[in-house]
Amino acid sequence: MADVTMRVWRGDPGGGDFTDYDMPAVEGEVVLDVIHRIQAGPAPDLACRWNCKAGKCGSCSAEINGLPRLMCMTRMEDLPPDEPVVVAPMRTFPIIRDLVTDVSFNYEMARQVPTFSPGPPEADGTYRMMQQDVERGQEFRKCIECFMCQDICHVIRDHEENKEYFAGPRFFIRYMELESHPLDTNDRRELLRERMGIGMCNITKCCTEVCPEHIKITDNAIIPLKERVVDSSYDPIAWLGRKILRRTKRSAADAAVEQAPPAVPTFEDAPAP
Amino acid sequence: MPDYETHDFDVVVIGAGGAGLRAAIEAKERGLRTAIVCKSLLGKAHTVMAEGGAAAAMGNVWSEDNWQVHFRDTMRGGKMLNNWRMAQLHAQEAPDRIYELERWGALFDRTPDGRILQRDFGGHRYARLAHVGDRTGLELIRTLQQRAVALGIDVFMECKVLRLTRDDQGRVSGAVGYWRPTGEFVAFRAKAVVLATGSIGKSWLYTSNSWESTGDGHAMALWAGADLIDMECVQFHPTGMVWPLSVRGILVTEGVRGDGGVLRNSDGKRFMFDYIPAMFSAETADSEAEGDRWYEDHINNRRPPELLPRDEVARSINSEVKAGRGSPHGGVFLDIATRRSAEYIRRRLPSMYHQFKELAGVDITTEPMEVGPTCHYVMGGIRVDADTAATTVPGLFAAGEVAAGLHGANRLGGNSLSDLLVFGRRAGMAASDFAEGRSGHPEPSGGELEAALAEAEAPFNRSEGESPYDLQADLQKMMQSLVGIIRTESELTEALGELDKLDDRASRMAVSGGRVYNPGWNLATDLPSMLAVSRMVAKGAIERRESRGGHTRDDYPKPDPELGKVNLVQRLGSGGAVTITPEPIPVMPPELQALFEEDSH
Repeated sequence: MADVTMRVWRGDPGGGDFTDYDMPAVEGEVVLDVIHRIQAGPAPDLACRWNCKAGKCGSCSAEINGLPRLMCMTRMEDLPPDEPVVVAPMRTFPIIRDLVTDVSFNYEMARQVPTFSPGPPEADGTYRMMQQDVERGQEFRKCIECFMCQDICHVIRDHEENKEYFAGPRFFIRYMELESHPLDTNDRRELLRERMGIGMCNITKCCTEVCPEHIKITDNAIIPLKERVVDSSYDPIAWLGRKILRRTKRSAADAAVEQAPPAVPTFEDAPAP
Repeated sequence: MPDYETHDFDVVVIGAGGAGLRAAIEAKERGLRTAIVCKSLLGKAHTVMAEGGAAAAMGNVWSEDNWQVHFRDTMRGGKMLNNWRMAQLHAQEAPDRIYELERWGALFDRTPDGRILQRDFGGHRYARLAHVGDRTGLELIRTLQQRAVALGIDVFMECKVLRLTRDDQGRVSGAVGYWRPTGEFVAFRAKAVVLATGSIGKSWLYTSNSWESTGDGHAMALWAGADLIDMECVQFHPTGMVWPLSVRGILVTEGVRGDGGVLRNSDGKRFMFDYIPAMFSAETADSEAEGDRWYEDHINNRRPPELLPRDEVARSINSEVKAGRGSPHGGVFLDIATRRSAEYIRRRLPSMYHQFKELAGVDITTEPMEVGPTCHYVMGGIRVDADTAATTVPGLFAAGEVAAGLHGANRLGGNSLSDLLVFGRRAGMAASDFAEGRSGHPEPSGGELEAALAEAEAPFNRSEGESPYDLQADLQKMMQSLVGIIRTESELTEALGELDKLDDRASRMAVSGGRVYNPGWNLATDLPSMLAVSRMVAKGAIERRESRGGHTRDDYPKPDPELGKVNLVQRLGSGGAVTITPEPIPVMPPELQALFEEDSH
């Protein structure tokens, strides 16, 4: 069978370069399979991260032919034949070795998110939330933390100095998830404006394009967050209200840019006893 | 003697899946100095792969449901080999653990009146699985991860633990391992250690498990002197992908069947009606019409046989393929396309839709899936006290898949996520109690720490030798063919011989390159666990001369009532060899026994 050429970046914080590996082509493989065959053959110490190999854990992010992709979800047959497959580490994060980068920036940003803080439960100690009110948050909770949206975001991709003041798309959806959570009572808008850099995004939608979970990061999270932050920042009544009262959330459906389609319960959802 | 750094904690939790995170949260909330040590990045543990849901008798969809029914389902699914007390605690406490996740920010799918929706699954009498589409594990791990971060728990990510250490009184005193990103060694001194290291599936060729599932916790517990039970009880999930070959083994959630999907052979026949065992005949539909009505009316109809416990379905698929009625790539067909609308399938099973679309080029809303059994879960594991998750070694606790007892000989789908929560919490509580009551500073003794470091470094000191990759590939092929879903004495004995050879080769492993993020070396340090665990499975499988749950013997096709009363206990003997002994399972009290004497429907 024909060979494929894998052009893989090898190196460490001191520098590196691409190395070509000619491997036999095998039907039905994804890029990660070929990387594994390189490890089991010519380069046993080739470093890459991976876990589930099913697009669910977000570990094997890399830049394949110049675009952030999950190696486990990129089928070899979908790449141009007769050209080398170029596999490089994510550029936005510091190199550890080969395809492995130091993504601790993201864990630091996660640490800075003010916690979920629910209001009081119903009399029976549990909560009631309607499906249409949780769906916006559920969209954001599909995030597998592959950090490819962070990688492609030009605010930090070539501007290391911005990292200190910019949470990035992954965390904007986290903030929007909490903003739209029907039970949450925390207000994170000042933080978003002053410290997390929501204003620095200029809505080029690169993050949305690379999201393997097809989360509408820009339309459903970043733009609504920008609007909320602006509203709170320039509205003196809202500012006063925030100082005096615990603010009441609107429902997620009200808050979202697009009205969520009404969820009509069917027998398939909940068989009536 | 290589250098290493040392960290002191009250409680060290090894593993950051659901059980490890839940245990650490409990200990941290008690105010103890708590660390999580995990092989991968935080949030990547195998728990993210769980799809269907978490079983808990909340009664939100069927008010008839309660802990007694859940308990009974769990015991019967496990072929009564379960630890009854674990099954009872699990059924009683699972609802509280689910509601707790909601308080921590989880967003489960809802009933029309705004409560947590529950879905049908194999072996569960009522729709019982709290879920979020088909990505429940991700929701669970993210919720726990975010809670752990909010509490400020110290997390040692990409840190592989090699061995537990003990003090001079034989109590566990910590652990030793290395940072994968630097290759530097690290030691933990801890007053109590919780093992939450998950599965062993990576010893098989076709598995739903990730690379991490190398049985580290099982092996470390054995080496530290703990008892393990029923290691032969390994679950082969009936529906893994079979094509393309590179994704063979990746899971197809049971939720497909819970939501109406059916299994068909190459003749298009729903063959599961031919495989209904006597134990479940009273509650299983005997016609397609009745099975189809059940989705709308659970009270007046019996459940379709596609929702029998996993061991039954896996064996049935195996038989169909063996009889020449399989699909083109050696599985059977799982069909939901002809049974539910495309919109419904995409909404209820979004991950499956994408998985098949992107990995196999199959549109599950218009075409059937090809599926077959894949190594999925180990019911056996470390013997623990039901109430405290304490192992037989003082200071060592275990929760989640690495612990044994709850699931008996076969686990019901949905019982794993609730297991993690219930017993993760209990392990955290008991480890905290132990740490608070422990006197003196925990210190390693007997040269265990130094020996572990020397063993880990050894492959670098050989200029040539066995490749860890070759060794792993050969182990996986051997276990798949000789210790797979259907077993016989001659093949199992052959497997032990093969394991001797593999052990010998492992002692001659050599790796090249440096210590920094070197996957070849990392694999070399995983292989001792994989080999130790594989041997325990093979030994247990020889001694259990019956078929029960996930353990199927071709030469002993029926359950043996006497063997149904014992756990097969494996532990390190005085000479360093592993011994295996049958010991009686705990006897159920009469009031629980009575639950099994009622009319089954």
